[in-house]
Amino acid sequence: MNLKFAMYICKRLGMAILTIFLVIAITFFTMHAIPASPFSSEKAKSDKTIAALEKKYGFDKPVPEQFVNYLWNIVHLDFGLSTGWVGNTVAELISGGFYYSAQIGFMAALIAIVMGVVLGAIAALKRGKWPDKVIQVVTTALVSMPSFVMATLILLLFVLQFKWFPSRATDPGGLILPTISLSLYPMAYITRLERSSMLDVLGQDYIRTARAKGLANSKVIFKHALRNALTPVITYAGPMMAYILTGSMVVENIFSVPGLGRLFVNSMLRTDYMMIMGVTIFLGIMIILMNFLSDILYKIMDPRIDLT
Amino acid sequence: MQNNEVFKNPLSLQLDPKLFEPATTQEKAQQVIMRDSVSFGRDALRRLLKNKIAVICMAVILLIALIAFLVPEFYPYSYTKQDVTAKNLLPFQYSQKEMAKIEKGEKLFPHIMGTDSLGRDYAIRVIYGTRISLLVGIVAAVIVVVIGIIYGSISGYFGGRVDMIMMRIVDIIYALPDVLIVILLSVVIKDVVSQSKNDLIVRLGAGMVSIFLVFGLLYWVSMARQVRGQILSIKEQEFVLYSQAIGASPARIIRKHMIPNCISVIIITAAMQIPSAIFTESFLSFLGLGVSIPMPSLGSLASEARSGLVSFPHLLVFPALSIFLIVLSFNLLGNGLRDAFDPKLRS
Repeated sequence: MNLKFAMYICKRLGMAILTIFLVIAITFFTMHAIPASPFSSEKAKSDKTIAALEKKYGFDKPVPEQFVNYLWNIVHLDFGLSTGWVGNTVAELISGGFYYSAQIGFMAALIAIVMGVVLGAIAALKRGKWPDKVIQVVTTALVSMPSFVMATLILLLFVLQFKWFPSRATDPGGLILPTISLSLYPMAYITRLERSSMLDVLGQDYIRTARAKGLANSKVIFKHALRNALTPVITYAGPMMAYILTGSMVVENIFSVPGLGRLFVNSMLRTDYMMIMGVTIFLGIMIILMNFLSDILYKIMDPRIDLT
Repeated sequence: MQNNEVFKNPLSLQLDPKLFEPATTQEKAQQVIMRDSVSFGRDALRRLLKNKIAVICMAVILLIALIAFLVPEFYPYSYTKQDVTAKNLLPFQYSQKEMAKIEKGEKLFPHIMGTDSLGRDYAIRVIYGTRISLLVGIVAAVIVVVIGIIYGSISGYFGGRVDMIMMRIVDIIYALPDVLIVILLSVVIKDVVSQSKNDLIVRLGAGMVSIFLVFGLLYWVSMARQVRGQILSIKEQEFVLYSQAIGASPARIIRKHMIPNCISVIIITAAMQIPSAIFTESFLSFLGLGVSIPMPSLGSLASEARSGLVSFPHLLVFPALSIFLIVLSFNLLGNGLRDAFDPKLRS
């Protein structure tokens, strides 16, 4: 098992590194396909200034050389200089925004997983009764609502109408609503996933055996059913990460959180190409690593799965 | 056998054959346990039509599509026409100028959803936005189906090294973070579009072009995987061997024998892709990367509604409700299709 498992991890890791490389390459070359120079949009600049700027940011070298330089710098966590926020490096800006986004994202993921698993298990255990029906209707509605609708409605109700929460995200308690609006969609998704996998597990023979042995109902559910019904939820970790990171672009804008998502949208408005590249690559790496981790965790949780 | 009369030995314990009567045709019919042969497609359709939720969803989608594609033809307001005297009207409210006209005896069509901050009729803008959403969903589904089927069936049919290389490519594409690449491409394409002279591309806008591009480049992989899996199992069956024996070309076998057999998987996967395409488009439009102004999209309408949220919440509610209805109907219809086509449920 151990050698095989190590081989599997190596293979997956190689795949993840290859994908990260591809994301960097795609980002780099699409940004360089833009006909205009990143400085040409700014007004009142002579050709000489543009040339000087291009030299400063290294844009005067041939593209393949720039790519190798860029790649080499990324390995050293250097994403270059921002052109939209002059005087800041991209890495500084990203880590500044990540401070908020990580808090929101981590809490949202935690809420989504815990609530999703609990609600899904309740729905499966009460199959066909009213708790199941209510949970099914609510989750179906939630997965059909885009994040911007959900977040704007929450903002309208709890900040603008009832004034229960501060309107500034940096105030204490200001991150609660963005976190909740970010967690609703993955929570609903996990609930549906957990419900169907729990129903599947509850119909298995070993559950009947456990019941026939006279095991207490709570033990059957927690020791046998819930644990086995968790594995499909783990596979959703990667897509959930992708949803939370991209969803934060919308949610942080609506709630004015100075996080990574808002930074990304602002750098698009300022056509700050170094920033767009940096954030895209950073988010891409996060998603790919999460996919890698969930793959490994999945194999650890469910040893029956063939390691090929 | 000439003499059909059978006599019963009085001492025998056998039943007397004379007590038997010939069965009537009606009674004979009762013994027939075979039902009419029902093709797989018709069977699935029958089951789908039995599913009330799915039927309602189909009706809703049809109704929305009819409204979105027919109403603009005869609607009295256009989505670009601004009327500075009729800014920020509530639903069914008239501006003072319009009130004066009505008093003179003119008949005016009411602003069913009010007007926006530039005095444009909101109902027609929501209808155009809905049209964009449906268009994105349908075109995306078509792109995914075409590329996915071709790629998946070639990979599955030829197998071996071809299959291995083609599936490694699929694995890599599958691992790429797709939403990020959509955003990246629309940033770049927006730049190209602003300088483009091609009328169609300008009218579609950066978001639409990049969504279609990304669907063509990335989103077909799950369809290709599903089709390949189906083809791999169909390939082993005798009728394929027979076709090969009588000299049918691979293209013909794939087209005539294999694809009709994976139609259920194709329909389900396509139906599941539509909501995600609609979501992606509205998400991009919300971020300002979607359709180019003045063309409205449900995402950009919701984004514009944020500035006057407290006084005019209806500007958010109408596009939000529209997108919610579309996506909900497609989601539920997708579930219905999955249940209808699942061979395990076939009775």
